[in-house]
Amino acid sequence: MRVGDLLAFASQSLLRARMRSSMMLLAMAIGVAAVVMLTALGEGARRYVTSEFSSLGSNLIVVFPGKTETGGLNPAMMGGDTPRDLTIADAESLLRLPTVAAVAPATIGQATVSVGRRERDTTLMGSTRSLFRVRSWGVRQGDMLPDIGWEQAASVCVVGQKIATELFPGGAAVGQSLRIGDRRFRVVGVLASEGRSMGFDVQELIIVPVATAQAIYNRTSLFRVLVQARSADEMQRTRTDIVEELKRRHQGVEDVTVVTQDAMLATFNSIFGVLTQALGGIAAISLLVAGVLVMNVMLVAVSQRTAEIGLMKALGARPGQITSLFLTEAVLLALLGSIIGLAFGELVTLVARRFLPFDAVAPVWAVVFGLVVAIACGLVFGIMPARRAARLDPVLALARKL
Amino acid sequence: MIELKRISRFFQVGGETVHALDDISLVIESGEYVAVMGPSGSGKSTLLNILGLLDKPTLGTYVLDGRNTTELGANGQAQVRGEKVGFVFQTFHLITRLTALENVELPMVIASRPGAERRARARKLLTDVGLADRMEHRPDQLSGGQRQRVAIARAMVMNPSLLLADEPTGNLDSASGKDVLEALEALNTRGLTLIVVTHDPQIGARARRRVTMRDGKVVEDARR
Repeated sequence: MRVGDLLAFASQSLLRARMRSSMMLLAMAIGVAAVVMLTALGEGARRYVTSEFSSLGSNLIVVFPGKTETGGLNPAMMGGDTPRDLTIADAESLLRLPTVAAVAPATIGQATVSVGRRERDTTLMGSTRSLFRVRSWGVRQGDMLPDIGWEQAASVCVVGQKIATELFPGGAAVGQSLRIGDRRFRVVGVLASEGRSMGFDVQELIIVPVATAQAIYNRTSLFRVLVQARSADEMQRTRTDIVEELKRRHQGVEDVTVVTQDAMLATFNSIFGVLTQALGGIAAISLLVAGVLVMNVMLVAVSQRTAEIGLMKALGARPGQITSLFLTEAVLLALLGSIIGLAFGELVTLVARRFLPFDAVAPVWAVVFGLVVAIACGLVFGIMPARRAARLDPVLALARKL
Repeated sequence: MIELKRISRFFQVGGETVHALDDISLVIESGEYVAVMGPSGSGKSTLLNILGLLDKPTLGTYVLDGRNTTELGANGQAQVRGEKVGFVFQTFHLITRLTALENVELPMVIASRPGAERRARARKLLTDVGLADRMEHRPDQLSGGQRQRVAIARAMVMNPSLLLADEPTGNLDSASGKDVLEALEALNTRGLTLIVVTHDPQIGARARRRVTMRDGKVVEDARR
């Protein structure tokens, strides 16, 4: 038979058995739609996290106090040795490294901020003017933190947009004063940036000089030190230099964790990549179930059309032709079903995008994977019924009523 | 020309062996008109199935137009069936979802013939059997006699040398039965070998040669 005739004959018999065909279409469509929707979810989450980390700033290296050990207990920990604090002096020392472009120390705490009787709890960050450069933040009004010595306290602050509008409704925040605990601060600027930083909403942030924040919380340690390397090529060298410098300052003990932005990105990328693949795999199981249904329904079709198969044989059809006839039907259904499932899955993710914090988009590999698995299911599960049809004894088959 | 040499066909039914055909030898020349008669269970349908290559003999050889068909594989037999043999069944065996024209085209579709050639030939054959105005009808929109004439057109579409008819009038009233027989006989007069299986003596009497069977054996072979 010619390919065109084969397709025409197969689709005619599919149209004839509407109930049977639509059930198989439904099963296949659900399977493919599940693959599309679940992987879109995983991929969307991956992109979300990736973009969060990319927004940290360029060529960024983050220094944490304490050494994260992945190898279990070490002798130092057995001795009850607590890591040395990361201090402002430590941070300043990094400025001397040849490949470092900028350094911003950061300390973080919760604070109650008030203006008159308006009051709210928010996140207080102590840092320096260089923070704005490292994070590429700008101000929409006023100025950034003043360029003063890092050990020097000053009662000035830069506030996030949300804080500005909530504490100073209907007026400019710059030049006004607010209270943090029992201290008065003058607002020198309002942040222009949005989004999140190190897990905090930038719009709800108050930034004060780092020494001031340490005085408020009565501590000398830093939460993080953010370092910007001169260029992307110098990231690794800078990272090693930082570790060496801090080790030297801490009497030869390596008690800090230094992470490059790329390393963090790569880790999250791979975690979410695996997650997405796992979701796709789970969804593929539903495709397999759909495949079993295809087999079942095709077997019913073969027994329903026994007389027709007998007739085809009497009219000169070879066993191989009968096989390809039924196989074409199964694959045609699988193909059509997966296209419907694809369309449905894309539609749902399109709608879901309105409700999710991130853009859910099915990755191309998942779409291809879904289609290939669906068609392979049609083939694999269609072959048994098709061969059963081809092996039918024409005499017995013709004895049935058409 | 058909040569059956010592053909036997055994079936296993339960523990017993049934001799549906028991050592039959028969020669049928091209263009003959043969009626195969006999009571049910006499083996006449089995003989027809073997002649149409739908069934294989347990023993013996079957030579059709000089070719030993018993040596052919499944594909080779299918090809001979498609090219040399036309079938007309008692229950018509038309595919209900296809139109009369599409049903007639079907053997040529299976043989991968081009669409235009198929349509032209199917139209001509349907016109020959008097169904020029019924080509786009489906089988359930046709009378029994019309359906059987569609089946005859289908049997002829590959231009076979042998036409096998199994009780072709069994499901028809006498008037349309007569039409169908006349259509078959018209083809025979044009040189086609026609073999009709029937238990009806009146129909058998129309044939020039009558082969009567009983218990898998040929008991009478009479020529007029």
